[in-house]
Amino acid sequence: MPSLANPAAPRPGDVAGTLRLLAYLAMSVVLIVLDHRGGWLTRAREAATVAVQPLWQVAGLPARLGQAMREDAVTRSVLAEDNRRLRNELLVMGARQAQLQVEADENARLRGLVGAAARGGLDVQLAPILDVDLDPSRQRLLLNAGARDGVRQGQTVIDAGGVLGQIIAVTPDTATVLLITDLDHAVPVSISRTGVRLLAYGIGRADRLELRNIPVSSDVQVGDVVVTSGLGGRFPPGFPVGRIVDLRPDDSQAFLIGGLAPAAQLDRGRDVLLLRGTAPAAPRAGSDADAGADAGAAGGTVPGASAQAGPPDPPGDAAAATERTP
Amino acid sequence: MNRRGRLWLLPVTVLVALLLALLPLPAPVQGLRPYWLALVVAYWVIEEPGHAGLGFAFTSGVVADLVTGSLLGEHALRLVVMAFILQRFRAQLRFFPLGQQALAIGGLLLNDRVVAAALHLLLGLPQLPWPYWLAPLVGALLWAPLFLVLDAFRQARRPR
Repeated sequence: MPSLANPAAPRPGDVAGTLRLLAYLAMSVVLIVLDHRGGWLTRAREAATVAVQPLWQVAGLPARLGQAMREDAVTRSVLAEDNRRLRNELLVMGARQAQLQVEADENARLRGLVGAAARGGLDVQLAPILDVDLDPSRQRLLLNAGARDGVRQGQTVIDAGGVLGQIIAVTPDTATVLLITDLDHAVPVSISRTGVRLLAYGIGRADRLELRNIPVSSDVQVGDVVVTSGLGGRFPPGFPVGRIVDLRPDDSQAFLIGGLAPAAQLDRGRDVLLLRGTAPAAPRAGSDADAGADAGAAGGTVPGASAQAGPPDPPGDAAAATERTP
Repeated sequence: MNRRGRLWLLPVTVLVALLLALLPLPAPVQGLRPYWLALVVAYWVIEEPGHAGLGFAFTSGVVADLVTGSLLGEHALRLVVMAFILQRFRAQLRFFPLGQQALAIGGLLLNDRVVAAALHLLLGLPQLPWPYWLAPLVGALLWAPLFLVLDAFRQARRPR
């Protein structure tokens, strides 16, 4: 440590001390700016993250132990009750599934008629959340599964409710999820009732997303369910993102801003699903979507897919989305 | 003086502080989590100015940034600012009674929150909700126990 040079240090020399302060401040600022811009520092950061990975594991240990103890301590009657409830749910789900299968077949037939690409089945991987608190001003999650378990950068993360986020960094044993509620994140979405295409932006709060630039004339109502549109190719289409809870005019009075309640449960201490080998985005919007799909498929190698990038080129998507609305 | 014997405490306390920063807390009290690392750094800067200075604060800050996934350099900047102020007033602080010291540390932690908020404002990052402004209070309350515990560890290492 540099201060070794002055072991007594009764009172740091005013000039030297100030100079040292300035030097360190400058170093911090350079780091902050480089990291904020997300340039070449990303690589160094990734390498260093591997080194702190054991610390995450240790910090997550108490929560995991606590959960294990809770699971061990449940009584027989609770288990029996759980079992009965899950059985019933399975029965209902099975019946619903059978019904859906008919719909899916019909859908596939219709799609075949229109010539659109068939949607692949859902291939998912279960990944436990590593229960640690990261920087509270950023909406992130750590997963206790990494490159060794086949997790790749760019994968979509969902839970039973809907889209949770995407993988932005992978170490051998952990992976970082950028939640859809992060300030740096945007998801191309569409209103499932009307098909109006929009972008859902994170605003840094866990319980809210925002739809911006909704044309006043478009058919959007409070209570509408919003699903991923698949534009941009990063998120596969058709996964719930949230439900519109309020609509208000923006500052220009020309557009509306919609508040979304996320469909996924964005809290900790559970398992999440990683979409694996999702079907490449259907070639619907020509070259634009293709480029996006390529970017999504290429994952880690594309500079735009690094740390803080949401789906590629959100402004373009926003323009496209608003243009296409009726 | 058995310097080597005491020096291993430095990285260990930093590590423990980082673990405490990561430990999951229930959502309602998350804002009250004290800035453990700042407390530890403050202790070392006051008690071991020969080994813990701005460089120490900077290094622990960068490690904290990596560990908590915050912007690289954010914690480093905050800790360097705090360590510098502490160095300036170290002579006075050392002879304060513990209660008064805790008050000063509380002030420093509050200043640290202001620095962090200013940084976020400059970079356009989201501000933290208001409960996070109570964390300095918790930090000040924890100063005395932390000081005594660390002192006990350090004294035990020192052969009389």
